[in-house]
Parts: sequence; structure tokens; C-alpha cells
Amino acid sequence: MPLLQVKNMTHYFGGLRAVSNFDLEIEAGQIRGLIGPNGAGKTTIFNLLTGIHKPTEGAITLDGENVVGLRPHLIASRGLGRTFQNICLWRHMTVLEHVKMACYAKLTYGLTGAFFGTAKRHREEAQIETKALGLLKMLGIEHFAGDNVLNLSYGAQRRVEMARALATEPKVLLLDEPTAGMNPEELSQMMAIIRQVHQEFGLAIFLIEHRLRVVMELCEKIQTLVFGEVISEGGPEEIQNDPKVIDAYLGKEAVE
Amino acid sequence: MEVTNENTPKEKKGLKQKIRAFFAQAPLIGLIISALIAVILEQTVGDLLANLIGLSKIPTLFGFLIILKKPLLIPSAMLYVFIIYVLPLIIIGKFTTPLMNAIAAWLFKAHKLISGVIYIGLLYLILHLWADISQYRLLTLKLTLIAVIVTLSLNVINGYMGEFSCSHPGFMALGAYTSSVITLMFFVDGKIISEALLPISLAPFVFPFSLIIGGFSASVGALIIAIPSFRTRGDYLAIISLAFLFIVKSAIENLEFIGGPRGLSSQPDVADLATVFLWTVACVWIINNFVRSVMGKALNAVRDDELAADAMTVNTRRTKLVAFMFSAFWAGIAGGLFAHVLRYINPATFGIQKLAEVLAMVYFGGLNSVYGSVVGAVSLSILGEALRPLELFKWIVIPLMLILIMIYRPTGLIAFKEFNVREIIKPKLSPPKEV
Ligand SMILES: Nc1ncnc2c1ncn2[C@@H]1O[C@H](COP(=O)(O)OP(=O)(O)O)[C@@H](O)[C@H]1O
Ligand SMILES: [Mg+2]
Repeated sequence: MPLLQVKNMTHYFGGLRAVSNFDLEIEAGQIRGLIGPNGAGKTTIFNLLTGIHKPTEGAITLDGENVVGLRPHLIASRGLGRTFQNICLWRHMTVLEHVKMACYAKLTYGLTGAFFGTAKRHREEAQIETKALGLLKMLGIEHFAGDNVLNLSYGAQRRVEMARALATEPKVLLLDEPTAGMNPEELSQMMAIIRQVHQEFGLAIFLIEHRLRVVMELCEKIQTLVFGEVISEGGPEEIQNDPKVIDAYLGKEAVE
Repeated sequence: MEVTNENTPKEKKGLKQKIRAFFAQAPLIGLIISALIAVILEQTVGDLLANLIGLSKIPTLFGFLIILKKPLLIPSAMLYVFIIYVLPLIIIGKFTTPLMNAIAAWLFKAHKLISGVIYIGLLYLILHLWADISQYRLLTLKLTLIAVIVTLSLNVINGYMGEFSCSHPGFMALGAYTSSVITLMFFVDGKIISEALLPISLAPFVFPFSLIIGGFSASVGALIIAIPSFRTRGDYLAIISLAFLFIVKSAIENLEFIGGPRGLSSQPDVADLATVFLWTVACVWIINNFVRSVMGKALNAVRDDELAADAMTVNTRRTKLVAFMFSAFWAGIAGGLFAHVLRYINPATFGIQKLAEVLAMVYFGGLNSVYGSVVGAVSLSILGEALRPLELFKWIVIPLMLILIMIYRPTGLIAFKEFNVREIIKPKLSPPKEV
């Protein structure tokens, strides 16, 4: 049984068929990639998986259990963590607060703790803080812990997103163009982080990427999406040499 | 001319720095003790001093009331304020800073409960002595404390959660009417029922329960608004809550057994200063606890990016619902206190004007800030009293000021500042760095 399985998922926005008959199987610990030109429907697939949109058709199971129709926070707490293509941080919160917030589902102190500041609350929040600081350290941003996220560089903001997603303790991590807009140095750092996270947590990772170098180096298996349809699927070698992919996608990049 | 022009800014800066340096070294307990001395001074020699410098009585609100009523007396009032309030502060600050820091350090280390009781007790003593001077002061103080509760409760929604609620006066009305009906039924003959159920001596014990029930009835009102408003994203809350405000008002106007448009009066006299003060302290404490917890900060996450909050396991719908009901609860408590302080309410009290007043306090003081709400509620309450001689023009001055604030400080005076009690009460031993 694959960890995350998608069968025959189709989604319409009004009359627009954004995703058609999408299938996916991710095993525990696997890194998979999804490439495709802008507007192909990659982000939409993530939004469908995480419950932001409900697929018009199709089945999604995580660890054998159906997640279609569950509210997004429940899907997230069942183990589907994600980052966003256009960084979605909370503009008035510090880096540490971000990572602590992602532990929300694990809080048990309830409203009594929140209103009256019980000992249990202080204990739990201290625990989360330790965990959050550990994650920040791992991603090399612990010295920003008390800073507002808006004061961080682009690369550091991406790391905050990553730390925050990891704090939800995902089984599968969905990364939406984690290297978009990065300079070469930040890019190789981010790739190192993805590898490190993969090893340390034994996560399955599903990666949307724009830059082929990243997918080719990191992923075992890659799908190419064009106009909502998967036109080819395979290992890095196969994808690179698939004429359909070259035609639809690589062709343009190869010229650049 | 040249010389003064050059000197004035320098001197001003020097004075500002001096004041800052002065406060940087003085711990909170020093300020509290000097305020205590000030009010004791006022009790003992206030009248004498006032007569001596040509005032007919002690300036009621730090001389603010005199500004518009009797401008000629402004210098005397300023002198009075300086001698009674500022001088003790300077003397205490000048000569006892090490002692005060020692006391602050001791209190800082003491058990939370002990230092809490001491600080709150001293604060109450100051307010009590201050309000002892006149009935007018007492009433203004009680209404100001109630304004603090409403402002804080509205800030939870409009500031912390970033939605726009217009229904808080409606929640106040629910709290005010519910608690009034309860206390009138139990303790007053011929109002709701012909014969009171209990002797009046029990009223102070039943009163807190009537307030809490009033608070819960406001929460139920909030639930009714929340169900349609929070289903989908968007600006539904503002519209639905505004509709709710009007519905509550006209519903009350049409219910004869609670007085209809004439309102309800002769509530038992149970809301003394101590009661109002304790409820205010409880409100500030609980709301501050809430907004500083991770669960409370989920409100900020929902406000700043709801999709991200969802993806980070935050139950956004529950968060919004709970916050709205919680906020309404406190508005209900404030309403109940209000009814028993004035001992008269009518539906017109809880209309759009009240809404404007509370919104002004929230936005003036500062969004997302417990500090800001306290400052906003207190300063606009005092300003409102000072502008009272202008009557309706008051409603031109206050909105105008609000517009200016919105232009120059869009989130208010003290927005996005955490109210950390331990940070405030800590001793300040190290001298300030000279720049
Ligand atoms: N919420 C939405 N409502 C309507 N159309 C959408 C929505 N989100 C995405 N789309 C459309 O779906 C298509 C796929 O978009 P997207 O998934 O963002 O592409 P990609 O991430 O591959 O660049 C685009 O044509 C886009 O305009
Ligand atoms: Mg995209």
C-alpha cells in the first residue's frame, strides 16, 4: 500500500479542466517530482491534495485512509505538510511563533489553559518551543527566532516555511517550487536542506519544480504535467530523453 | 532670535531625554507608590491647595474639564496638577530609586500570587482614594473601566482576528438586559415580577452570576452571527453583525416586559468600584493570557493568512468561532456592569453611537494590543468628558481625531505590542545608556 495514493483525480474550475485523470503513488521515504510549464495545474494538484479544493472526481488516500472532503487542517494533521509557491507567512509573527503555531494540532491544554495560563499550558508551550528551536537550528535560521518574518531575506523566508511545515510532523511533505526566485548559492543550500530533511525524518517528498537541475538531482521519479494532463512519467533519464517532454517543456528551456 | 531658535530644540531634547532616563530607572512600583502618595496628598490638602490658588474645588479630571469651561483657570489647574501629581513622582523618582528597585526586585521574586495581590491591591487603593473625592469621579472611573472591557473585547475581533465586528453594542445590550432582568426579578419588587424572590442583602452574591449569564447570552448571540458569517471567507461579518445590532435594538424596543423603548431602571445598587475593578482586572488578565498563548495567536495566523493557518493544522473555523463568542462574552459582562452602574438602561444606549465610540477607542489605542486598548479606552473616556461642554460638537472632534490617527498611524497609537506583565514589573537597576 503506497503512503499517498491518488486515483483518477480530475478537477474543474467552472468550465476549465485544470487537472485531468491524475494518478500518483508515493511510497514512504520516496522523493517524487512534478514538472510542467506555468499554468499546467501543478499548484492546483497540491491544493486538491491538501483539501483547499475538493476534486470534482477521484480518490485520495493517505496511509490507506480517504482524505477527500476532510477540512484542510485535518488533512494537515494527518500528515500532509506543505509549503507554498508564493510564500505564505504571517506578517505580524516572529519566526519562532511561526514554527510553534504549526504545532497547534498537538496542543491539549484547551481553552482553560489558554484563558487561565495553567501549568499544563506553560509546560506544553515550553515543549513546543524546544522542538521549534531544534527545527530552526536544523535549517540554520535559529538566530532569526525572535525576528519578524518580513525582515528576513527571501531564502530565509523559504526556510521558515520549511521549518513550519516540518513542525506539523508530516508523513508526506509537499514542496511547491521551493527554489523559485533563489540565486545559485541559495539554490544549492536549499537542495542540501531538502536532502537533509529527507534523511533525518525519513519523509516522503513530493516536489513541484521549475528548475530541471533540482528535480533531476533529487527525484527518483518524475511526472510531467501539461494542461492538467500527465504526458510522461519516469526516472530522470527517461524524462530528459522523452521527446514529448522536450517538445512541451524542455524545448523552451533548452533554448534559454 | 537666532539664539533661542538654536537653543529651544536642544533644550527640549534634553528635557525629553531626562524624562526618559528618569523613567528608565524607575520601576513600576515607584510610579505606583508616588501615585498613592499623590492621591493621599489630594485627600488631605487638596481642598486647601485648591482654595489657595484660586480654584473653587479640586480639579476633577486633572484639569481637563476646566480647559473648555473656564479657560482662565487653566494656569491654576496646571499648578495644582503639578503640585499634587507630578511633584511626588519627581521626589520619589529622585531620592528613592534604589529603594524602589529593591522593593521591585523582592516583589519580582515573590510568589506570583503575593506580588499580584500587592500590585492589584495598591492599584485599587489608588483608584479608590482618587474616586473618593467626588461622585462624578467615581462614575467616570467606573464607566472608564467598563470601556476598557468593551474595547479589549472588540480588539480581539477587529485587531487580533482582523475581522470587522459591528455587533459589540448589541452584545452589551444582551448582557445588560439579561443581568438586569435577573437582578430585578430576584431583588426588586414590581419590576419584572410583582414580588422580589430574595432579600436585597443577597444581591451582591447573585450579581456575579447574573453578569456571567449575561455574558453567555451575548455568546449565544455571537454564535448566531458566526454561523453564517464564518462559513465563507470575506467581509460577511461586518454586514451581518451590523444587521444584528439593529435587530437586537428593535427587538428590545418591542419587548414590553423589559420596558420596551423606555428601558429598565432601579437595578439594585451592587456595582461598586471594587466589583467593577475586579471584573476589569479579570478581563485584562484572561484576554491577555489568551492572546499570548499559541491558541490565541492562531487568531493572528487566521488574520494574516488563513490558508497557511489551515495547512499548519490550525482549526480555523473553530478558532474564529471561539474567539467571537469569547469576545462577545466580555462585551456582555461590560453591558451587565454598565446597567448596574447607571441603574438605568434603554435600547437607544446600545446603538450606532456606542459602536462609534468603542471603535474609536480600539483604533485610537491600537490594534492587536492589550496596552493599546487600555490606553485608548482611558484617553478617549477622559477626552469625551473634557469635550462634554461642546455637546454634539464632541462628535465632530472625536471622529476628526480618529481620521488623523488613521492617516498618521493607521494601526493606532500602541499597536502590535505584547502586554508582558513580568516585563513591566521588573526592577530596573541598570542606568540608561547615554547616546
Ligand atoms: N482558484 C482558482 N479558480 C479558478 N482557476 C484557477 C484557480 N487556481 C488555479 N486556476 C487556474 O488553473 C490553472 C492551473 O493553475 P496552477 O495550478 O496555479 O498552475 P501551475 O502551478 O502549474 O503554474 C491556471 O489556468 C489557473 O488560472
Ligand atoms: Mg504553481
